[in-house]
Amino acid sequence: MTPPQNHAPKAHRAEPRIGFYVCHCGSNIADTVDCAEIARYAASLPGVILARDYKYMCSDPGQELIQQDIREYQLDRIVVASCSPLLHEHTFRAALARAGLNPFYLQMVNIREHVSWVHKNREAATAKARDLARAAIQRVRHHQALQPIRVPIRAEALVLGGGIAGIHAALLLAEAGKRVILVERQPSIGGHMAQLDKTFPTLDCAACILTPKMSAVRAHPNITLWTYSEVIKVEGYVGNFTVTVRRKPRYINEALCVGCKQCVDACVFKDGKFPDEFNAGLSHRKPIYLPFPQATPQVVVIDPDRCLNLKTGKCKKTCVEACDRNAIVFDQQPEVHEVKVGTIIVATGYDLFDPTRLPQYGYGRYPNVFTTLEAERLVNSSGPTAGKVRLRDGRVPRSVGIILCVGSRDHRTHPWCSRTCCMHSMKLALLIREHAGAEVTIFHMDIRSAGKGYEEFYDRCLREGIQFIRGRVAEVTDWAMTAKEEGHLVVRVEDTLAGFVRRIPLDMIVLAVGMEPQRDARELRRILNISCSNEGWFLERHPKLGPVITFTDGIFLAGCCQGPKDIPDTVAQAGAAAAEALALMDRGYIEQEPNTAYIDPDHCCGCKSCLPLCPYSAIQLDETQGRAFINEALCKGCGACVAACPSGSIQQHLFEDEQVFAEIDGVLSYA
Amino acid sequence: MPMPKPKLAIYWCASCGGCEEAVVDLAEEIVELLQSVDLVFWPCATDLKRADLEHLPDQAIFVSLINGAIRTTEQEEMAHLLRQKSRFLIAYGACAHLGGIPGLANQFSREEILRYYFETGPSTVNPEKAQPQPSYTCGHHTLTLPDLHYKVRALDQVVSVDYYIPGCPPTPTLTRNALKALLAENPPPPGSVLAPDVALCDQCPRKATKPLQLSFTRFQRPHLAPIDPQQCLLAQGFLCLGPATRAGCEALCPRGNMPCSGCFGPTSRVRDPGAKILSSLCANLAPKTAEEIDAVLDTIPDPIGTFYRYSLPRSLLRGKVNTSPTNHAS
Repeated sequence: MTPPQNHAPKAHRAEPRIGFYVCHCGSNIADTVDCAEIARYAASLPGVILARDYKYMCSDPGQELIQQDIREYQLDRIVVASCSPLLHEHTFRAALARAGLNPFYLQMVNIREHVSWVHKNREAATAKARDLARAAIQRVRHHQALQPIRVPIRAEALVLGGGIAGIHAALLLAEAGKRVILVERQPSIGGHMAQLDKTFPTLDCAACILTPKMSAVRAHPNITLWTYSEVIKVEGYVGNFTVTVRRKPRYINEALCVGCKQCVDACVFKDGKFPDEFNAGLSHRKPIYLPFPQATPQVVVIDPDRCLNLKTGKCKKTCVEACDRNAIVFDQQPEVHEVKVGTIIVATGYDLFDPTRLPQYGYGRYPNVFTTLEAERLVNSSGPTAGKVRLRDGRVPRSVGIILCVGSRDHRTHPWCSRTCCMHSMKLALLIREHAGAEVTIFHMDIRSAGKGYEEFYDRCLREGIQFIRGRVAEVTDWAMTAKEEGHLVVRVEDTLAGFVRRIPLDMIVLAVGMEPQRDARELRRILNISCSNEGWFLERHPKLGPVITFTDGIFLAGCCQGPKDIPDTVAQAGAAAAEALALMDRGYIEQEPNTAYIDPDHCCGCKSCLPLCPYSAIQLDETQGRAFINEALCKGCGACVAACPSGSIQQHLFEDEQVFAEIDGVLSYA
Repeated sequence: MPMPKPKLAIYWCASCGGCEEAVVDLAEEIVELLQSVDLVFWPCATDLKRADLEHLPDQAIFVSLINGAIRTTEQEEMAHLLRQKSRFLIAYGACAHLGGIPGLANQFSREEILRYYFETGPSTVNPEKAQPQPSYTCGHHTLTLPDLHYKVRALDQVVSVDYYIPGCPPTPTLTRNALKALLAENPPPPGSVLAPDVALCDQCPRKATKPLQLSFTRFQRPHLAPIDPQQCLLAQGFLCLGPATRAGCEALCPRGNMPCSGCFGPTSRVRDPGAKILSSLCANLAPKTAEEIDAVLDTIPDPIGTFYRYSLPRSLLRGKVNTSPTNHAS
């Protein structure tokens, strides 16, 4: 809540004593703007007691300079012309506070991003910096002493996505004693990692390391697991989000089902008839199914698009008879739940590139062109072929080619490197050779094996006889030019090390498809009110210093929804996101910018124009007095009501009309 | 010898004469008023001349009421003269306060206005294209006329003003209260507008019927649609400027079944009245797409005449930029 100081009547203002500082930012600003001239100019303006230029205002000596001047010259307003307030407003406000001045007596002028980085002409840039400095100096005299607002933070977290990132983050938070709601849209958690056979570079089994964590999520008393569910609405703000989750009907009572699969055996479909998503469509499942043996929760699901009873109402319902726990509920309806949480971790993962977009590689046209995920299922002992690598006609391939950068590092599709495909493909190469005894050739542009133990793994592949051909593959064709090519797929590639175009006949082709943002990432971005990069990856606040926090306070990123990464990086990031969320929740409150709107009750006429505009429902009408008032704890300072109040009776701290007009006048007046 | 009575002057500039009527509207009380003051100047009602005014010592007049905007050189001279002779100068009525209806002429340059009225206007017959000139010599005689300024200005854009009595015209109650307060030597804070600093909805009998969501789908015009006498006019789609207009008239127009047109001007907290009411109304439009929003706004045929009807010279828009290099009048 705001302390009363923010509402104190405006005291009669004595002439302010303004200190002005212009920063060189090394050469970032000084190369384009004549900083000494700006200081000379500022010193000539009314109210400015002193003006200095300095090489690095944000350094300790720079801040110390401000503090000293405040004490020595009794300065009561400070203007710093430097970089974006996003970067250093906090720094300079703290300096004011250390010198005993209210931190909100600061105004910053951004002469780096707004001037020196975007202009070349030194004279014009200096003139523009002068105008901006004048505007800030005119504005700062209207600043008032304010107190930051403390908002409590709820100790519950929502984790969005049940892949390895979401699982890891949820477990950490739960272990730290926080209540966690884990929302996953598939019927089981596990994500892409659950579909993998072995993991590079150690070749340990993905299921062996993932399954215990999945069970731990299921068993943890602090975790509420909602699978087959989606977030449809997020309201509120850091510490106090209200999230609406829609739970899709799986037509099974989750509390009763134990995953015995007797219903699956009893289904009127004698054999699986529909593509099995978990096996990348390489096998078939029934309308009622358990997604995979380790599925968590161990609860079957009914596919409403396939189930005869749900589609036509005409079925013998043998599954119902088979279930001795009466867990099948055909009239189950979607449920909508509203939960209140303090923080949100977004771990929604990625989609795989659709290789039919590159027809030259023949996926979907030639049966023996596979994707890496399909190959992964083929080598997996619980996969459709029980770990036997087989072509679609059942033959054992004698030779296999893996084509890298399919949908990555390609300006026709995606310009980025998907980061995992090199290592993934080399791992598959070893596994395929082990399982099928085939010769494996990898077609690559470079092998990117940066990571602990990764280069050593590449070395091992070289030593163990995996073939590497450098060149982007032009096409995969079944058009044989020689007898040797007859009955094979032919890879046509310019071998850039040998220096000529080669045609290489192979039995099986695996396309290392890249990662791309989830198809509905942009929709989710709007629901969460976070930013996306151009490509559609969720945007972190700072690529180096804020890699898991977003521009929306209280929402954090983990895993591939932020950009392609491998399992170790994903787990590390999930841990970081959990730590960031914990730091917020454990402190119990945050201090917010006191940029809230307020209504003077003597001026409000009760016309209600503002009431429907507030996205945070912070404005209420006092019916007895016929006046509106704003709940400061709920106000986020968006300014919608301020602009719309027809009688100008709503003002906003830090954006008072007189401050904004003084700034406009300052920037527009002639020097 | 009795105490000399305080002197009162009343003058009109660019105005319609309604403000003079408003003084007369004091009815019986005008007798009482005239007994308590010495009326030294009121060209509309008395035969006192400029020379009478010039002979008075500086600050001899206790209070002067000037109505009308400043358009001509003569009006400007008279404003300066009255300022010099008066202790309190009051901008009386919307035109002196904000520029008023004459201020809408600032949408056009002086040349455009003269050309329209003396050449191209549909009712003009003027084959010689004669236009009024500041001076005309005929034989040995030179006749002069006041010149037109390039812009219409509110009174305080020409001379300093002590108080403002708003309205088109001001109500008798406000006039009486203001004069009584001054004559009782109980002056309000200098520079104030002598009307409550709250919006008109506060005094409107229809206030309770204003819905939470206005959701405009079109705007109605009062002469083209029936008006419910009880319900909030905005709720019926009429452009009532009550929420953006200073109270003080006791909601005369809404009580008379007409929407408020904003003659009292904005509250003290609003720098540009038209922009303020626009941003409020636009926030309440029902449609969400650009085309549909345009369609709703197209039902307002004259936005400047609607939202800046009384205030264009004192708004941030001010008026059309003159391209003429001989812009001698500020």
